[in-house]
Amino acid sequence: MSAAGHPAGRLVRLAETNRAPMRFVLDGAERQALAGDTVLSAILSVAPALRHSEFGVETRAGFCLMGACQDCWVWQEEGPRIRACSTPLTEGMRLLTDAPGDWS
Amino acid sequence: MSGGGTPRVVVVGAGPAGIRAAQTLVAAGLAPIVIDEAERAGGQIYRRPPPGFTRPPETLYGSEASKAVALHAAFDGMLAAGRLVHHARSSVAAIANGRLLVLGPAGSHWVAYDRLILATGAMDRIMPVPGWENPGVYGLGAMQIALKAQGAALGRRIVLAGSGPLLTLLAVQLLKAGGEVAAVLDTSPMRRQLAGLGGLAARPVFALRGLAMRARLAGLYHAGVRLDRIEADARGPVAIRWRDAAGQERRTDCDAVGLGWHLRSETRLADLAGCDFAYDESWRQWLPKADEMGRASAGVYLAGDGLRILGADAAEVAGRLAAAACLQDLGLPAPDIAADRRRLRRFIRFADGIAQAFPWPSGAALPDETVICRCEGVTAAELRETVDFGGGEVNRAKSLGRVGMGRCQGRYCELAAAEIVAACAGLGCAREAGRLRAQAPVRPAPIGALLEDADG
Repeated sequence: MSAAGHPAGRLVRLAETNRAPMRFVLDGAERQALAGDTVLSAILSVAPALRHSEFGVETRAGFCLMGACQDCWVWQEEGPRIRACSTPLTEGMRLLTDAPGDWS
Repeated sequence: MSGGGTPRVVVVGAGPAGIRAAQTLVAAGLAPIVIDEAERAGGQIYRRPPPGFTRPPETLYGSEASKAVALHAAFDGMLAAGRLVHHARSSVAAIANGRLLVLGPAGSHWVAYDRLILATGAMDRIMPVPGWENPGVYGLGAMQIALKAQGAALGRRIVLAGSGPLLTLLAVQLLKAGGEVAAVLDTSPMRRQLAGLGGLAARPVFALRGLAMRARLAGLYHAGVRLDRIEADARGPVAIRWRDAAGQERRTDCDAVGLGWHLRSETRLADLAGCDFAYDESWRQWLPKADEMGRASAGVYLAGDGLRILGADAAEVAGRLAAAACLQDLGLPAPDIAADRRRLRRFIRFADGIAQAFPWPSGAALPDETVICRCEGVTAAELRETVDFGGGEVNRAKSLGRVGMGRCQGRYCELAAAEIVAACAGLGCAREAGRLRAQAPVRPAPIGALLEDADG
């Protein structure tokens, strides 16, 4: 099962909810976020985690949110991995909670 | 080196210290290069949300709103007037021969400097709690960033645990924003907090504001607790088990936990720049050595929380002092710094009070099964085993047990690891287990970034 396999998100939006909607694709399914979201916010608003741990059974959902811990690197369908906490979401971004293809 | 007439000064970090340092340099007629990881200058405490967000500064920064607005305006004014060069969304990954390897949105490049001011700030100081490796456990700073920069809470029912000013502040901010805080668990006993009051009196307004916030938390706040473990299912935390000051076992349901024991300095670049370090007893961490102005090693100056944790107001002062020292050493006219030096001494007294009041608990007795390195899942038992082979030395423990070799390079585990290694080896103090040396790149760099410029 993918790290995003559970239905509900972890992140709760408390303010700034009147922003324009933005679409992205997570593990092949179209999802909605808000303009100004980081990749981390976008994923965690619809899923409980960003990725699997390489060294344990648990999933991971980021830790420091300031680019220090490197816990939140996520895969894209194409292109390099990105640090979710410090990368702004862009329209139509295609993200994965598991490594693509033959990586895993 | 840049050569020619005008000295090239590079400032790393655009928080309160970096911005005030840049401003002092600009006032002296220099055009500094400012390198910062964020899109917009401000640092963490005065972090700005992305464009299009609408909460006013009073909502974002509370009592510190005017300071935040002034800092942002100072930086934006210099940028608009072309008085400085801003490398936004850029990290310094390495330092070699008077040059910085900068990783930016468009790739990597080298930046040469004649003088270097490091204002690299701080991060959460973390003591592992069994179960902290689960998704939904964050640093307190992370929870504050989510709220400030994204308007979001990282859970529906949050427990905040640890110690230090941010513990109380974040709880109040979350409640005010409409979040649910289930408990605020402070490992510092009330008598320790009272013992720190002498130092805290150096900034009475700040101290009283803290007490007023504490009062707003009422029954949510518990002092002198012990954290036993975070219970989790596949989705993340379901509860935290803890003991109150009377030793009574308690369990609080939650779906997210924020952890932090005040802050620790980000010192990796100071290490790469050749600064000397000394172990600080009251903060129980290795900190770079610098004079009162921030002079650290040849041509290198340190300012703000990256040198020692004094907070945002002191960082502004330290930024000005470091830049003034830089100007003095360049033989350029420097501003009068007598008042700032007095202010800095007061901030140091206050910070000593904070260190007293909110101590970092030794992790030496953490249970064997506790994950210490959450990057690679290294447990306390595995760490203790390295002592049999490598003795009580943290760099040996790293090469034998991989603690400090993972994604975060030890930023979140090395302090606890040093306590565990020292205790296991029968050493009296974590200092005796040595200091984990920084290794470049201090931020993950694609191999191409290093290859392209290997001979550049």
